[in-house]
Amino acid sequence: MTVQGPGSRVQGPAVVLLVITLVAALSAQTKPARIVSLIPAVTEMLFAIGAGPQVVGVSTFDTFPKEATTRTKVGGLFDPNFEAILTLRPDLAIVYGSQDELIGRLERVRVPMFRYRHGGLSDITRTIRELGERTGHASEANRLADEIDGQIRTVRMRAGSDARPKTLLVFGREEGSMRGLYVSGGVGFLHDMLEAAGGVNVMADVKREGLQLSLEQLLSRAPEVVIELRASEGWSAERLAREAATWQAVRVPAARNGRVRFLTDDSLTIPGPRVGHAVQTISNAIRQ
Amino acid sequence: MAPFIGQTPLQFGRVFSMSLPFADNVDAQIFFLARLPRSLAAAIVGGTLAAAGVVFQGLLRNPLATPYTLGISAGASFGAMTAITFGSMLPVIGVTGASLAGAVLAVMVVYALATARHSGLSTTVLLLAGVTMNSFFSALILFVQYLSDFTETFRALRWLMGDLDVAGYGPILGALPLVLVALGGFVWLARPLNLLSLGADAAATRGVDVRRAQRVAFFSGSLATGAAVSIGGPIGFVGIIVPHLVRLVVGADHRLVLPASFFFGAAFLVVCDVVSRIVMAPLELPVGIITALIGGPFFLWMLIRRKT
Repeated sequence: MTVQGPGSRVQGPAVVLLVITLVAALSAQTKPARIVSLIPAVTEMLFAIGAGPQVVGVSTFDTFPKEATTRTKVGGLFDPNFEAILTLRPDLAIVYGSQDELIGRLERVRVPMFRYRHGGLSDITRTIRELGERTGHASEANRLADEIDGQIRTVRMRAGSDARPKTLLVFGREEGSMRGLYVSGGVGFLHDMLEAAGGVNVMADVKREGLQLSLEQLLSRAPEVVIELRASEGWSAERLAREAATWQAVRVPAARNGRVRFLTDDSLTIPGPRVGHAVQTISNAIRQ
Repeated sequence: MAPFIGQTPLQFGRVFSMSLPFADNVDAQIFFLARLPRSLAAAIVGGTLAAAGVVFQGLLRNPLATPYTLGISAGASFGAMTAITFGSMLPVIGVTGASLAGAVLAVMVVYALATARHSGLSTTVLLLAGVTMNSFFSALILFVQYLSDFTETFRALRWLMGDLDVAGYGPILGALPLVLVALGGFVWLARPLNLLSLGADAAATRGVDVRRAQRVAFFSGSLATGAAVSIGGPIGFVGIIVPHLVRLVVGADHRLVLPASFFFGAAFLVVCDVVSRIVMAPLELPVGIITALIGGPFFLWMLIRRKT
């Protein structure tokens, strides 16, 4: 058995404090001035916390905010353009955790990286805070994260007293038919948003972010509300009516009670700073 | 039988109950709206693909020929991919219609190529043109995939694995006239195919109108394949494995092989579909994976057993 002397007890915290101060000083010194972001959600976060002017390159899929579209495009998740990234001489690259090859190449040329993976709802504000630290915008980031947490808390509280309907969250389907139905499973930020908004996910027992649902499963799960996400698809009234009629053909309770909702806001599928607003939108759709 | 097997236990009494309104009877809904059309689709697709496999193997005189050898499924897949990716631009015809259109396009091109420099159908040119069209359409599919976003890519990939969850009778009824015409062609073909297997010249001396027989084989086989793929996607293995299995059992006479392949193919795919529905419930395994996983080893076993 070892007995710790009184000296080491004092030294421990002192060392930790010293390390924290050093790391803080170091990261303050190296505030990145040329950021390349390959993830639309993170690009949105950067602009929202005031790091937009530091962003020099974005992914091909970045469309929000508008300012982001003026930056150099450097490819996407599967086809990042290493040469284009290097040409921008980044001092911080934000990469997705699964981009192993790109990560390896950037490590070899010593470009500092921020690795990111989409997680649940709570991970979004945590990432925003971390990004704030990393880019020299800690106070703005914390303010934004607090604001989003507040928005979600408000929706949760309001939904708490209501009945929670059995809800199905659809994010893909063959038009004009019930084939190829893609729905949210019981993990991931879409599932978290649905539960925060006051719905009970009918597919919560399937621990996957998404799955293809057969007609049999749809009928046997009998959702009371269906929310179909159609990100950034401007549907005409005629087309909406046709798709609503398609749902009428299956006799799930949601269709019979006229509680199939189509949401076209593209913020709903991006786990970024607009997520508070997205939870609110879903909550409204459930309560309508 | 098959519609009674599945993830959700159904009560026989409730399925056929007359006293319950259909709108409140989930058991009947699952049976009549989900499982029955699905099993029917499996039977039609399986039977059609297997019989088409027999016809193409006879026409090309090549045991490795499949309903997909001549580029029809690649054309159909290209059509379906286009509809999935650019669906908002062509919402009226849908994925099923687009895959059928792609199949027709492929058939036209291959036929035009195979007849361009010969008065009849040259099976060699047919085979080469088909294989080339396969590669060409595969490149087009990859190109469309490149342009699509994440969910579209996932949907497209899933379509390529085969999917019999037809969600109603619409796709079946749409393809049924084509299937029936093709089956009519197959019935007519049974005798000429027997003689064609001896070679075109030998068949001609025995009174077969070779050119006509080849044309009927090409178009009825293509029609059957296009219709089957438009219902269930390019489900593999049935079209190559089933004909050979059937030949191992009933011999080489097309008058037996064709109908036997149709029924065995139908039964085989229905069973594969049941397995795909229950094996990982509530998730569903794509039926194309099941056909390959069951069909492959089974066929190898048949080959080994026959030798020993």
